[in-house]
Amino acid sequence: MKHQFVDGKSVPGAKAEADECLFEYLHGEIINYVVSKSKESSEEDLSQLEWMGFSVGYRIIERLTREMQRFKDELDIIKFICTDFWNSLYHKQVDNLRTNHHGVYVLHDNEFRLLAKIGKAGSRQYLCESPRLLAFTCGLLRGSLANLGVACTVKAEVTALPSCKFNVEVQRM
Amino acid sequence: MSRNVIKLDAKKVNSELFTLTYGALVSQLLKDYENVEDVNKQLERMGYNMGIRLIEDFLARTGSGRCYDFKDTAEKIQSGFKIFLGITPSITNWSVAGDEFSLCFETNPMSEFVELPDHCLSLKYCNLLPGVLRGACEMVQMEIASWFVQDQLKNDGVTELRVKFIKRLEDAIPAGED
Repeated sequence: MKHQFVDGKSVPGAKAEADECLFEYLHGEIINYVVSKSKESSEEDLSQLEWMGFSVGYRIIERLTREMQRFKDELDIIKFICTDFWNSLYHKQVDNLRTNHHGVYVLHDNEFRLLAKIGKAGSRQYLCESPRLLAFTCGLLRGSLANLGVACTVKAEVTALPSCKFNVEVQRM
Repeated sequence: MSRNVIKLDAKKVNSELFTLTYGALVSQLLKDYENVEDVNKQLERMGYNMGIRLIEDFLARTGSGRCYDFKDTAEKIQSGFKIFLGITPSITNWSVAGDEFSLCFETNPMSEFVELPDHCLSLKYCNLLPGVLRGACEMVQMEIASWFVQDQLKNDGVTELRVKFIKRLEDAIPAGED
């Protein structure tokens, strides 16, 4: 009876660590909860997801950067987010970072972890549901940047799964 | 750059991400429901939904077969905690009939950063866990009940989770089929 349910994606020794799927399932449940609650209204309200992401980002970055040196400037902060931070959360760096040097940053991820398992690459079946999977991360980005002193708005954009873009627009005082 | 000397520990970051996300969820639920009892219920339900998926992950990772008895099940549950949360709760307080035991947690990463405010004393903060166990066991044809008896957040010495075997589930055949 052994090895009855071996699932190709999660054999032992594969890259994904066991405790990581916990976050994915929890994330899924949170989305379900928020979406089912906003069912009564016509417009889907994902702001609560975003807000939860914000509070998580705000706290986690504070713990991570506690021992670190002060960042040189805004770009330095964004670079840290795109490399080390992204890497430890989503197992890969952001693939491409663009900026106009006036406070707009666009982060491209060609294979975003939370979108990776919802269909074949290039499939359009779940395209309209995909904002649900990104709202939390938008908030996470906004929260972590806020704690590092960068007030901004973050919007996500998906054109073809599993790649996505995060538009970070810094608010100047 | 000297900053790069301190490498982020991905495992730690991920477990903190889970802990903090769970915390954000609980605080959101407390805002949404007036009654703390409803929060406990909602957490259990979410845990159940996670459990029915998590069991597949567990089976795939461990390749474990059927349990011979409930003691065997207890050990598998214990190893599940080791795999997914990195903790090993001790198995204690077996009932005489052997159908009930306790899992005692010295530490619990889920409640690492938590203090319960006075008005939430009836909140079962980790009530996701009993749900996970119920969901996971149901998927392997076992009905169990699970609840907290002691909680470190309420100044008990350990966190104690009680697990009780109820019955074996037979595969239900859809009506009208033999």
